[in-house]
Amino acid sequence: MSLVSIRDVRKSFGSNEVLKGVSLDIAKGDVVAIIGRSGSGKSTLLRCINGLETYQSGSIVADGIEVAGANTNLRELRRHVGMVFQQFNLFPHLTAAENVMLAPTVVNKVSKAEARATAAEVLAKVGLSEKMDAYPSELSGGQQQRVAIARSLAMRPKVLLCDEITSALDPELVNEVLRVVEQLAREGMTLILVTHEMRFARDVGTKLVFMHHGKVHEEGVPKEVFAAPRTPELQQFVGQVS
Amino acid sequence: MSYKLQFAELLPYWNVLLYGLVFTIVLTIVSTVVGIAVGTAGAAARTFGPGWLGRIVAVYVELIRNTPFIVQLFFIFFGLPALGLKLSETTAAFLAMVINLGAYSTEIIRAGIEAVPKGHIEAGLSLAMSKWEVLRHIVLNQAFRKIYPALSSQIIIVMLGSAVVSQISAEDLTYAANYVASRNFRNFEVYLLVALAYLLLAMLTRSLLRALGRVIFKAR
Ligand SMILES: Nc1ncnc2c1ncn2[C@@H]1O[C@H](COP(=O)(O)OP(=O)(O)O)[C@@H](O)[C@H]1O
Ligand SMILES: [Mg+2]
Repeated sequence: MSLVSIRDVRKSFGSNEVLKGVSLDIAKGDVVAIIGRSGSGKSTLLRCINGLETYQSGSIVADGIEVAGANTNLRELRRHVGMVFQQFNLFPHLTAAENVMLAPTVVNKVSKAEARATAAEVLAKVGLSEKMDAYPSELSGGQQQRVAIARSLAMRPKVLLCDEITSALDPELVNEVLRVVEQLAREGMTLILVTHEMRFARDVGTKLVFMHHGKVHEEGVPKEVFAAPRTPELQQFVGQVS
Repeated sequence: MSYKLQFAELLPYWNVLLYGLVFTIVLTIVSTVVGIAVGTAGAAARTFGPGWLGRIVAVYVELIRNTPFIVQLFFIFFGLPALGLKLSETTAAFLAMVINLGAYSTEIIRAGIEAVPKGHIEAGLSLAMSKWEVLRHIVLNQAFRKIYPALSSQIIIVMLGSAVVSQISAEDLTYAANYVASRNFRNFEVYLLVALAYLLLAMLTRSLLRALGRVIFKAR
């Protein structure tokens, strides 16, 4: 049974149809790499999965919850579906540990002590044990993004959505973030990543999705798809980025 | 052109002037605290609340920002009794001050809320926080940090503007000055002294607010 099931989803902004019938099945433990040109609808698709955007038709079921259902509790859904953004979005008035502790204390009502223990654990996982009490402004971009990942992990999500999480980083900081994601993948975390890191998509991904003009244009096992892209659009895209 | 300053003639009225000073201080503190609470609620309603509520708040803000304070005060004190709402001078003064600062601080705080990056709100929502939890834990803190200087200035403006409440005989510092001057006719000394008192009060408030800001926002 799939953990996230997307069926014929259509989404428009005004008269601009951005998702034109997208279907995808994502099983537990999958690492899905979504690639495609800018404007092809990748971010919009991710944002529909955790309810940051609404869609006009079709259905998305994540961890058994229908995202756009009339009685859907988005809060419940988002406890199981985490998201990491291109721009980190750390809360600047809170330290790294406080950033991580906020949702567990506010949403799950766990004690400060317990939340701090969780923060210590997830920050260690992303290699930032010594930065617990640093403010975002004192951290490099790569460190900030790793805190953002830890912040999502603290809610123990079943799926983690990552939208171009290395695109805002200086090139020398990209790898430290990718290593963290790779480790999560090895531990069995279900990941849906929009990425421009083609090598990472090929080596770490279990599934590749190429989006083009609001549709899944081609999908398959990354190594096979990259070795022999079937459509001219993907051939051209792969040729351009690599 | 020689005038002999006679500050000694104010001495018999020291208690009147002191009462006025305390009244002005209390009036400023209470209307600051309540006014900013009103402003926070107003700004939250305009940015995070339902559209109809936001529109009501917008009308309130425009109404207050585009009419003179003294007219607002007169309307509350002299006008409302026509509707059966008779307020004491003191109550009317406090109410007018709160309503006035509430409107201005709504606008100031709203600007602060709107300056918070949308991504921070989405990050909070993605962590399963509700809209109101996001507002309280993520947005307001950053917003207040950003607008604290503007809000501080507005508090000073309101404090100085509070002199107007003497016009409905609320017994503030300016009312005390008018009272003393009408008794001993030492207008020059009285108003010089009171002007100095306002000056001192404004400077004191400014540095107090600055110190308070450093304590509240000590972290980055
Ligand atoms: N909030 C929005 N309002 C209107 N149009 C939007 C909005 N967000 C995205 N779009 C449009 O949707 C299309 C797909 O955007 P997006 O999903 O961000 O693409 P990608 O992430 O693949 O670059 C683009 O044409 C973009 O202009
Ligand atoms: Mg995008």
